[in-house]
Amino acid sequence: MNSSYDIVIIGGGPAGLAAAVSAYDSGARSMIVLERDEQLGGILNQCIHNGFGLHTFKEELTGPEYADRFIRQALERGIEYKLNTMVMDVAADRTVTAMNREDGVFQIKAKAVILAMGCREKPRGALNIPGYRPAGIFSAGTAQRLVNIEGYMPGKEVVVLGSGDIGLIMARRMTLEGAKVKLVAELMPYSGGLKRNIVQCLDDFGIPLMLSHTVVDIEGKEHITAVTIAEVGADLKPIKGTEQRVECDVLLLSCGLIPENELSTAAGVELSPVTKGPVVNESLETGVPGVFACGNVLHVHDLVDYVSEEAARAGAVAAEYISGSSEPGGREITLKAESGVRYTVPMTVRPDRIDDKLTVRFRVGDVYKSAYVSVYFDDERVQHKKKRVISPGEMEQIILTKEQLDSHPDLQTITLKIEQP
Amino acid sequence: MTKRELTCIGCPMGCLVTVELDGDTIASVSGYTCPKGKAYAENEVKDPKRTVTSTVRVVGGKRERVSCKTASDIPKDKIQDVMREINSAVAQAPVGIGETLISNVAGTGVDIVATSSVGKYHG
Repeated sequence: MNSSYDIVIIGGGPAGLAAAVSAYDSGARSMIVLERDEQLGGILNQCIHNGFGLHTFKEELTGPEYADRFIRQALERGIEYKLNTMVMDVAADRTVTAMNREDGVFQIKAKAVILAMGCREKPRGALNIPGYRPAGIFSAGTAQRLVNIEGYMPGKEVVVLGSGDIGLIMARRMTLEGAKVKLVAELMPYSGGLKRNIVQCLDDFGIPLMLSHTVVDIEGKEHITAVTIAEVGADLKPIKGTEQRVECDVLLLSCGLIPENELSTAAGVELSPVTKGPVVNESLETGVPGVFACGNVLHVHDLVDYVSEEAARAGAVAAEYISGSSEPGGREITLKAESGVRYTVPMTVRPDRIDDKLTVRFRVGDVYKSAYVSVYFDDERVQHKKKRVISPGEMEQIILTKEQLDSHPDLQTITLKIEQP
Repeated sequence: MTKRELTCIGCPMGCLVTVELDGDTIASVSGYTCPKGKAYAENEVKDPKRTVTSTVRVVGGKRERVSCKTASDIPKDKIQDVMREINSAVAQAPVGIGETLISNVAGTGVDIVATSSVGKYHG
């Protein structure tokens, strides 16, 4: 290991690996991937279910197989990496401080840093569930690690709160391993999970999905013994008289993911209050020069294929940045999310810095049927595309072309909206 | 005449498709809004199939479990039989990704293959 590298990549999951491979293929050679786990691949290693890679590899892979494809690509290129290594700090001058058992605490000077730390689950503390604090309450991802990696079953009678995809996948997984999954309660009137998972993880096993329901009490002093669930109204508050007690020895929480940005904040990177990830331009560069972000640390994705695609772009622009061939940015246009669109990534675009087109990804805040995704260049509507359905669980995208941007030299703001007919 | 209601998984619309069965033959399919929905519902009624993923116990390895899957889809009603065989299987480390762990699982003609690698444990 050297004390300086052109590119330091923080995180060896799908984003970090795709960024490293792409940076290499764009000419970068001096780089290192820092990974805190004992193996590369990140969260994919515990996602043993299938359904990954349909876009990238045109075949259906399991999580570990998808990870393996990228790990191989990184190894074939001889990309340097360090496992069991925790990054403690990233400074604005791109000094990375990390530690592990062999090297102790060490520092690396980097010309460019790629943030690829991923995200983590909302814990119980962030959900304000009343009741006791016994053992037996796990985030769905923790249970996934226990069952799939450690071979340990957290319990036999399960209630799942939240219908995110990991919760649905774990409902099936624990059923297959002999547990009784009693129900999945979802606060919202719709599920944030994919339809396919609702059918194949719940319907297949007769597990009820109770929409507009939440947990209002937890019983059990040492270990959880029961929960009380209740229906919620349009204000998302529990309705008195609808409470029912459900005995269980495990409560799984699948209530959303938050990008893990402690390091980004330390580096002085500005975060979006909506995505909880860095504010980036078309090159996935944060406000701190030479610091790039990709994958779930930037915004939570629905499909890993999009993570790989986004990370490949971060790798390529970082390689260009360190070679000094980046031209000055030119004019910058702001992207705005309105009426139903919660956010966009990127948040700004410099037309001079895109090749021929730019993918803008976004999410909506509600379920819309037969609505239009519209794009406005200042007050002029330039795209108006009908979609049969748009839902918060799925990431959406629009494409901006360089040609279109160049033909609007005075453009200030691009606005994305959902419009009803 | 029996009725089956299915949620189509072709896209986020999740159309509720109703299939009416006269014995084993499909009498009618309704509720779908595109050809995908019709085809999905017909397949689900006639010959529903699933990929099963799980883990197999490993001895002498760096890890306790190796992830695995059915190499192709198996009939849905065989899921429990397949799981029973997976849970009684033991693999000897090292295990390589793609390696066959169980041949012809539960008489389906489909193999269980490893989806990750587990190296040997050296002290």
